[in-house]
Amino acid sequence: MGAKMVDFGGWDMPLQYSGILEEHRAVRTGVGVFDVSHMGEIEIHGPDAGALADYVTTNAVGKLQNGQAHYSGLLYEHGGFVDDILVHKIAADHLLLCVNASNQDKDYQHIAGANRFHAAVDLASDRYTQLAIQGPRAIQTLQKLTSADLAAIGYYHFIDGVVAETRTLIARTGYTGEDGFEIYFAPEHSERVWNMILDAGQEFGIKPCGLGARNTLRLEAGMALYGHEIHATITPLEAGLAWIVKLDKGDFIGRAALARQKEQGVSRKLAGFEMTGRGIGRDDYEVLLDGAPAGWVTSGSPSPTLNKNIGMCYLPAGHSKPGQRIQIVIRNQPVEAITVPVPFYKRIK
Amino acid sequence: MYPEDLRYTKQHEWVRVSEGVGVVGITDYAQKELGDIVYVDLPRVGTALQQGKVMGSVESVKAVSDIYAPVSGEVLEINEALSTAPEKLNENPHGDGWMIKVRLSSQDEIAGLLSAADYQKFVAEEETGH
Repeated sequence: MGAKMVDFGGWDMPLQYSGILEEHRAVRTGVGVFDVSHMGEIEIHGPDAGALADYVTTNAVGKLQNGQAHYSGLLYEHGGFVDDILVHKIAADHLLLCVNASNQDKDYQHIAGANRFHAAVDLASDRYTQLAIQGPRAIQTLQKLTSADLAAIGYYHFIDGVVAETRTLIARTGYTGEDGFEIYFAPEHSERVWNMILDAGQEFGIKPCGLGARNTLRLEAGMALYGHEIHATITPLEAGLAWIVKLDKGDFIGRAALARQKEQGVSRKLAGFEMTGRGIGRDDYEVLLDGAPAGWVTSGSPSPTLNKNIGMCYLPAGHSKPGQRIQIVIRNQPVEAITVPVPFYKRIK
Repeated sequence: MYPEDLRYTKQHEWVRVSEGVGVVGITDYAQKELGDIVYVDLPRVGTALQQGKVMGSVESVKAVSDIYAPVSGEVLEINEALSTAPEKLNENPHGDGWMIKVRLSSQDEIAGLLSAADYQKFVAEEETGH
């Protein structure tokens, strides 16, 4: 395949196949396929599956319908992130959590450690391959390989179906800002299903995509990446993720800290920025306000879609609104930038 | 693959010397490792370069990398085209993706650089080592 591999949280992962820009454009205009088998899966079974999940996550699992998924946070008592996750409600007594590769053991310990419910927690990563088929042509590509009516699957909903003669959980979710699907199936079918998807997408110019394009796509869509926008000392309220925090759903780990922070107001907030000077503000670069240290860049990259250099950073809450002039220290030189609304890119629906 | 008339460094720069002037660039291996290049920062004309010291940087979608001077000498000319078309570095790294021309201050340095065959061998080892 000619993939360029990188070590990603202990996994040998393709950084790019044909090139980040080419792969990025394929997803924005046609279709791309990502092997994201490194993602972890945790299953919760039992009559109290929902109660346990509601206790360890920030979003309201009790509000999920069977066949529905949502984005959520797994927090420490102090309100910082253990991980950001997707929760899929397969049935009242069965949930599937999709978690970050490098966090899966920590997540499992965290959830199992809080399990004083009638529920069984199971680290199931070895039982799943995950592929993401993303882009405006994703639906036509995947539809060739299944008799299920994909158009009938709502955004952030999923079905138990068959893809390429393989039993598959087909979810209309993604990490690119485009329409698309993330599919989960038994790993022994990985290579065959991967190849069949590439064949099915050929007429739409499908590209196998690596972590490089996954990162530029999610950044344009303003989506957080664990270890960058969010980590153990960042809360969802600071990260602009108040929408995944349901303080009124009952007690959960981290609730007290978030309620307190909400009352007092956050002191720092995540903001999007665009470089106005020459250069790219990259991860961990210092951010200045009127020449004084004020924050740091969490992610930064050229935006292939917008042809600008964009990024996200933490700033004092009073200065995080769009239109704030900031400077980013790029190799010891302050370079001008301005805060802008996030997401940077929104698909036309 | 790697032209015979160039000399190479283990930091993946090349130099083509004729009549005391060296044309300098980065190798095909380097551009592949970097991926899509979006910025090139080069030294100003007149700068005195010292062999093995940082002379500029290239920035790809993914990362920034320093470029080291393969030879010592004075910068005579820079490839202005790279500021508006950095992709030339990806497309033709040993040709019109050249970076700078240098008036060599020491001819002796050339002997310490790698031949095309030695560089090829070095790159092959780098690749299997990954």
